[in-house]
Amino acid sequence: MTPNLHLWLIPLLPLIGAAINGLLGKRFSRQIVVAVALAFCGAAFAMALWVAAGFAALAVPHVEFVAPWIRSGSFQADFAFYLDPLSLVMLLVVTGVGFLIHIYSVGYMWEEGGFYRFFCYLNLFMFFMLTLVLANNYLLMFIGWEGVGLASYLLIGFWFTKDSAASAGKKAFIVNRIGDFGFLIALFLLIKHFGSLNFAQVFQSIAPLGVETAGAGLLTSIGLLLLVGACGKSAQIPLYVWLPDAMEGPTPVSALIHAATMVTAGVYMIARSHVIFERAPTALTAVAIIGTLTALFAATIGVCQTDIKKVLAYSTISQLGYMFLACGVGAFSAGIFHLMTHAFFKGLLFLAAGSVIHAVGGEQDMRRMGGLRTQIPWTFWTMTAATFAIAGFPPFAGFFSKDAILFEASKVSLVYWGIGVFTAFLTSFYMFRLWFMTFFGEYRGEQGGGHHDDPHSRAGAPAPHGHGIHESPKIMLAPLVILAVLSVCGGWIGSARFDKFLSPVFHSGVTAYSQQEAAAPTTPAEHKDEDRSELLFTSISVGAAALGLYLAWLLYISRPQLPQQIAEGLGGFYRAVLDKYYVDELYTTLFVKPLLDGSTRILWHGVDQNVIDATLDGSADGAREVSDSLRHMQSGNLRSYAGWIAAGAAAVIAYMIWVGTQ
Amino acid sequence: MVPLSYYLVLGGFLFACGVTGFLIKRNIITIFMSIELMLNGVNLTFVAFAAHWGALSGQVFVFFVMVVAAAEAAVGLAIIISVYRTRETLNVDHVNLLKL
Repeated sequence: MTPNLHLWLIPLLPLIGAAINGLLGKRFSRQIVVAVALAFCGAAFAMALWVAAGFAALAVPHVEFVAPWIRSGSFQADFAFYLDPLSLVMLLVVTGVGFLIHIYSVGYMWEEGGFYRFFCYLNLFMFFMLTLVLANNYLLMFIGWEGVGLASYLLIGFWFTKDSAASAGKKAFIVNRIGDFGFLIALFLLIKHFGSLNFAQVFQSIAPLGVETAGAGLLTSIGLLLLVGACGKSAQIPLYVWLPDAMEGPTPVSALIHAATMVTAGVYMIARSHVIFERAPTALTAVAIIGTLTALFAATIGVCQTDIKKVLAYSTISQLGYMFLACGVGAFSAGIFHLMTHAFFKGLLFLAAGSVIHAVGGEQDMRRMGGLRTQIPWTFWTMTAATFAIAGFPPFAGFFSKDAILFEASKVSLVYWGIGVFTAFLTSFYMFRLWFMTFFGEYRGEQGGGHHDDPHSRAGAPAPHGHGIHESPKIMLAPLVILAVLSVCGGWIGSARFDKFLSPVFHSGVTAYSQQEAAAPTTPAEHKDEDRSELLFTSISVGAAALGLYLAWLLYISRPQLPQQIAEGLGGFYRAVLDKYYVDELYTTLFVKPLLDGSTRILWHGVDQNVIDATLDGSADGAREVSDSLRHMQSGNLRSYAGWIAAGAAAVIAYMIWVGTQ
Repeated sequence: MVPLSYYLVLGGFLFACGVTGFLIKRNIITIFMSIELMLNGVNLTFVAFAAHWGALSGQVFVFFVMVVAAAEAAVGLAIIISVYRTRETLNVDHVNLLKL
């Protein structure tokens, strides 16, 4: 008899918080709004901890049925929750980081209008995200999947009076629809061929199937379609374009949704579907290639950005690329490990960036920062921890997870590894560039730090106070410190132990890359070789990170005129990178404009106006014209009516006479 | 014995006179009289056929018509009087308040 953990409470608690704040928050004081939001989010976190505490005694996967939902013939999709090591990790990350960001938001958003609205959305997001990670079937997962998209849309467009924020929200939503389309078709294929969307049932019916070696098959198509969905949610090439724009939202939102949790849903989904992917090498290779390319591509863009949040956005895309790469080489646990450490340090980076923006009164351009090290020491030190973590310096968290990914990648192909290491170098470079530009050198912004009348300076930042540069309040610093500790220590679990913890999930006997390994059983000598090569690979990637640090120091501290010269030397290439390779423009020309034009000319002017409207207008006009001519018969003149009657009678008589004479 | 066709022609003539009067006259009393003329034209054909076929139903119909005509005359004349009192005219073309 398995214990009933009441898992359904975990997603439901934030929903209650969202409902209370959403319906009544307008009448509440800020203190009550905060109390409600934090209480329900914190309760979910506490429950997640309680579940984790008793987890060792559970038989996994632990499934809890709550209520029937859709039952049609043999098809069943229920409100049921699924707990295994994978969803436990996600559960803890989402509730833990989410709770910290809730706390941080209290300080960050305190002076903003729509305070209750913000916390309502934030709690709503928690509800959907927890539904996503705890779902027992793909359909319930899809509900969460769509719901986090909705919450993301609402929060990106939180400052909805600002045009750019409103359209960024729309962009995120629409681009995600493209991914969801693929996800949905994958679900339809699953229903058609396996008759179920329950994880356990689907994986059970897939388990006996062999690896699809020759090109494409059913599992490959399902895998590729799931990948399309994951690309949309996790901002991978070619659907990454929404994430940089999503920085229009408040910074805690960027930290929670667009760095730590929601964007990792794609990685979670692929890891959850590992049974499918492991049997579809083509799809798995596609995952790896997309991940590698995205990691490299986004990192190069990140190098040239000057907006502090944009750098972090591209960095997020790049790190998500690493996670995809990990999944693509079959190292799902390494991917989830990186997901976890990334949630710590990237959440911290965004929160610290928010603290910096807060300190300088809403400025986001790093070219107008500098020398903040002494003024905001807490922010500086926590951000330093996060920067070293993401750059991959031991013993920070990012080192362990990134190293695990790169090592796993090197087993499959040195190309992945090479690009990964180069990306690690770029990551280290742009992160230290950010670090140096923000905290070192001379302060380059306006003195006093206040931009009272400049509406542009408010992008993604709280209202400036105008007290000069100042450290953030304690309620914002506390989450920073906790996340900093996690960014330092989060990796000490070690990927091997993490792998062991997740092994009940990922151990399925088949891996797409297992053939070559199985063909060559490892002898102790080779094992030693492997250890040595792991050490070599590790030192190379740490070297790459150190090189990035050195280069950033050289360019931005030692010889600050050098970047300008390099940029001029590179000319066109630099411009292309600065303008993000013109991908947005390309999409605009290729998809958005034709669609808009087609909709305007064909659907609107053509079909709607000329066919639908014209039909209605035409029939109305016709009716009016006919009645216009007929209404003259109804003159109101009695004698004309009588005349008509007489004429009618005469006509009838004439007809009868004619009939009679026949 | 007068042949049936004579009565029918006379009845048709009376009816046609009634229709013509109804259509061309403007005085409301003349129009009313034209209606009576049409009724009587029809009555004449009824009784002519009744006599011709030796059937009583035609004559019964005539009584009905006369009763209805009497009632109609009572109502109609009352309306005419009230119209004249309010509008001070008997010209139907001037009684046109309900026209568009």
